[in-house]
Amino acid sequence: MQVPAPFEYERATSVDQAIGLLERLGSSARLVAGGHSLLPMMKLRLANFEYLIDINDLHAELGYIRLSDDEVRIGAMTRHRELLESDVLAGVFPIFADAEKVIADPIVRNRGTLGGSLCQADPSEDLSAVCTTLDASCVIRGPGGSERVVTMEEFHVGPYETAVADNEILTEIRIPRKSFKVGSAYAKVERRAGDWAVVSAGAAVWLDQGRIVDARVGLAAVGPNTTGIPEISAALRGHEPDESLFELAGAIAARSCDPATDTRGSADYKRHLADELTRRTLRKAVERARS
Amino acid sequence: MTTTQDAKLTEFEDNDQKPVGFGRMLRKEDARLLRGRGRFVDDVQLPGMLHLAILRSPFAHANIVSIDTSAAEASPGVKAVVTGETLKGLGLAWMPTLSNDVQAVLATDRVRFQGQEVAFVVAEDRYQARDALELIDVEYEVLEPVVDVRKALSPDAPVIRTDLEGKTDNHVFDWETGDEEETNRVFASADVIVKEDIVYPRVHPAPMETCGSVADFDPVEGKLRLWSTTQAPHAHRTLYAIVAGLPEHKIQVIAPDIGGGFGNKVPIYPGYVHSIVGSIVTGKPVKWMEDRSENLISTGFARDYIMRAEIAATREGKILAIRTNVLADHGAFNGTAAPVKYPAGFFGVFTGSYDLQAAHCKMTAVYTNKAPGGVAYACSFRITEAVYLVERIVDALAYELQIDPAELRLKNFIQPEQFPYTTKTGWVYDSGDYEPTMRLAMEMAGYDELRKEQAEKRARGELMGIGIAFFTEAVGAGPRKNMDILGLGMADGCELRVHPTGKAVVRLSVKTQGQGHETTFAQIIAEELGIPPADIDVLHGDTDNTPFGLGTYGSRSTPVSGAAAALVARKVRDKAKLIASGMLEVSVADLDWVKGAFQVKGDPGRSVTIQEIAFRAHGAGDLPDGVEGGLEAQICYNPSNLTYPHGAYICVVDIDPGTAEVKVRRFIAVDDCGTRINPMIIEGQVHGGLTDGVGMALMEMISFDEDGNCLGASLMDYLIPTALEVPDWETGYTVTPSPHHPIGAKGIGESATVGSPPAIVNAVVDALKPFGIRHADMPLTPSRVWDAMRGQATPPI
Repeated sequence: MQVPAPFEYERATSVDQAIGLLERLGSSARLVAGGHSLLPMMKLRLANFEYLIDINDLHAELGYIRLSDDEVRIGAMTRHRELLESDVLAGVFPIFADAEKVIADPIVRNRGTLGGSLCQADPSEDLSAVCTTLDASCVIRGPGGSERVVTMEEFHVGPYETAVADNEILTEIRIPRKSFKVGSAYAKVERRAGDWAVVSAGAAVWLDQGRIVDARVGLAAVGPNTTGIPEISAALRGHEPDESLFELAGAIAARSCDPATDTRGSADYKRHLADELTRRTLRKAVERARS
Repeated sequence: MTTTQDAKLTEFEDNDQKPVGFGRMLRKEDARLLRGRGRFVDDVQLPGMLHLAILRSPFAHANIVSIDTSAAEASPGVKAVVTGETLKGLGLAWMPTLSNDVQAVLATDRVRFQGQEVAFVVAEDRYQARDALELIDVEYEVLEPVVDVRKALSPDAPVIRTDLEGKTDNHVFDWETGDEEETNRVFASADVIVKEDIVYPRVHPAPMETCGSVADFDPVEGKLRLWSTTQAPHAHRTLYAIVAGLPEHKIQVIAPDIGGGFGNKVPIYPGYVHSIVGSIVTGKPVKWMEDRSENLISTGFARDYIMRAEIAATREGKILAIRTNVLADHGAFNGTAAPVKYPAGFFGVFTGSYDLQAAHCKMTAVYTNKAPGGVAYACSFRITEAVYLVERIVDALAYELQIDPAELRLKNFIQPEQFPYTTKTGWVYDSGDYEPTMRLAMEMAGYDELRKEQAEKRARGELMGIGIAFFTEAVGAGPRKNMDILGLGMADGCELRVHPTGKAVVRLSVKTQGQGHETTFAQIIAEELGIPPADIDVLHGDTDNTPFGLGTYGSRSTPVSGAAAALVARKVRDKAKLIASGMLEVSVADLDWVKGAFQVKGDPGRSVTIQEIAFRAHGAGDLPDGVEGGLEAQICYNPSNLTYPHGAYICVVDIDPGTAEVKVRRFIAVDDCGTRINPMIIEGQVHGGLTDGVGMALMEMISFDEDGNCLGASLMDYLIPTALEVPDWETGYTVTPSPHHPIGAKGIGESATVGSPPAIVNAVVDALKPFGIRHADMPLTPSRVWDAMRGQATPPI
């Protein structure tokens, strides 16, 4: 049986109390939300922390999906299952349900959280790609009630590294809404259900009078971080969507990414998937925007 | 949901209450297992029990310069830290493997694979034991590893087994079967020869329960009790006696409930020996339970054969001969678990189900810096590799000749009148009637319609494949004169005791790891003796109260111990008949057996039941002259031959042309395992084996990087299939009894694992026919299928 090294454990009672603990304990402490990445790493002794601060009791405070006219706010402790089953989210951004259906398995989805997924900053992580696709921003709270808001590009500093400092907590994700018809979709190729992505892609398209006002594509598992591809947005804006446009976007995705060969697949294959899945998700997103 | 040929699933629920014998019956053991009342090795808790953890090598190949255990010894709760040097002093640093090689119990001089055992810690709890491992300071001098099996015999390859005196290369053995000259002659005159290089990658059995043991040595009695995850408790006891020098009667090996074996729990692992040493050193019971990563990186793997296959045929599709050259990777120690005269297991059955003129195989086995093992994962001693080879190369021939693969097989089957059939490699197939099995599978599949659908889809650019595999298995090892494990003949004992009230206990030498022995063996006794299965207790797994035998692997429980159970019941019945003749005051010749009772010929009103006879056998009344009291018997069954089950499998796959993802849409499995004892248990075993096959064909592989690091060290990296990767299984059967087995049964446990990988691979290759693909190696992950679609299929190693 795999067992972790000794550590101290405390349950946080509020966001500010948790920040207080982090302030005091510094880098020797780590927050645990769903724990589905952290605990296996600790059991394998790949990660060793002296203190774990359990923030699951903050679900009441940080577990929510709130819709307003100009944005969707999702609390960092919102669990995968809540994202999967949210009618509100399905109505505006079905990309979430697309992605959640192929994230891990029901047991992990019952426990794992949006904030935990983003903070793990795994290059293959699906919700990071979703948030990148939707141009989300991240609300980070620090000591003394201070709060800052960063873009997804700013949030991901590198593989497994984020902009959240040792004494800060990611509290909320904000997704802007625009007054146009919107469609979004997510697709993933995996070797087996529940596996990390070989490659996955998200797409969102905003249409006005049948023309693309804005389009975004986010890819996972093809580089050091999930990446948005501004060149695709630029190429698509102002055009009426059609197959040739999707092909163009796929070609841009394939040459813009930087995959590595590993046991999940060759770099060439992943590049091909970036192309194929970009086309598929854009096609689906447009179809949804039109319906 | 699952479709079966004859399932009426509501009709068997109370069959255990009736003296039905064979038929569908819920499993007796499930009441316990499903309620969490099973007792596995890790459930064993003894007073004062300590916990053991093993320090393993991070390197594939390195000299051990020094080991400092002082900090670990001072760590809280630590009772003992043992290194190879300690064991050397006790003469226990090395132990024999099941293939007459030796394996380090703890490394002394050098480590030879990543994950090899270097030291162990015994502490009060398992956290303390693990914490102390981190305090052991080992200095290694890293050596160049031998990772690429193809380079293992090159003159500049580092020699791995420097422990073997005079060893100057990495050669393990050469093995040959068949007639080379005759085979070459047939090949020389053949119209068509097809050749393929075929790799069966290294895979792992990955049972749900990992390996472990609890050792309890009593220094006063001098008795060792060992609870361990073993498929062969009796064989293990004898080997411990030989290795540790303990008297055999002072060793009790107990295999409690076992959470899956698949061959993984046949060998003796160093960890078991560590727990014994730990208990002797500390005077306390010691538990060792490996974790998932340890199981994957250090315990018995399977396959790892690189095979060149050639098939010769006439232009009309008559198969003439098969020859093959195999390079076998045996890892750092030859830990293959196979009968000693069969270093390549039963690979000799690579001639398959076909009537050939000649066949020949040459094999070379080598050492590499990888975990030892070689026979495991429900492979029937390498028949998995053999069947994959022949079924793949027959499909390649069909491709070349442009003959339908079903038709080509039907044209070449061994015919029913040819049985018993001696193959060109000397195996005597006991019975078989292949065509009806094949036809049934084709009918269940709707084969002709599937081919029509495929043609229409191909015209639209869609990728659909239909794969066929037809296999003949060889299971139920011995006989003992041909087959032994380190001198122990492959035969099995059985004892049956009928209690005064007519309930019974049967004691087996084999041991279930989930196959349902407690039900199947009760049904065999019920069939022979007419006692309801619910009234029969099946004991197994404890060497102190079961007869000697070689254990459960290679699908041998029903062919060997099943025969023993039937024969021991007949022995009891013969005695019951004598007692009945006394009770009914007629001669033995005047008695008829109707299930569960003897009755007087021509007077059915006068009869005694087996329960009445049992009471008389233990009662105060007179017994016939010369008949002892009691109603019990024992037997040791030595099979005269293996049994040869067969089956026809058809797989339908769809491949996404854009992403190269393979979806197994349908799978039809028609098995012939002779007499069917419990069809529900048979179907369950088939479902499990088919799922294994999906794993091997599409995703499973233990691979290594160039430094010899294992890349499959967790279930995140080593994928096994889930319910979402498998279709609704469609199972069917034919019945061709074994002529030499007392109830005509053959083994079934491994048929599906053997037969399904070639069916799936053949289906994928068939789907890729528009790309001109004749072969692609497992595992057929999306990336590797995409390579194949572009004409760039590569071997996985």
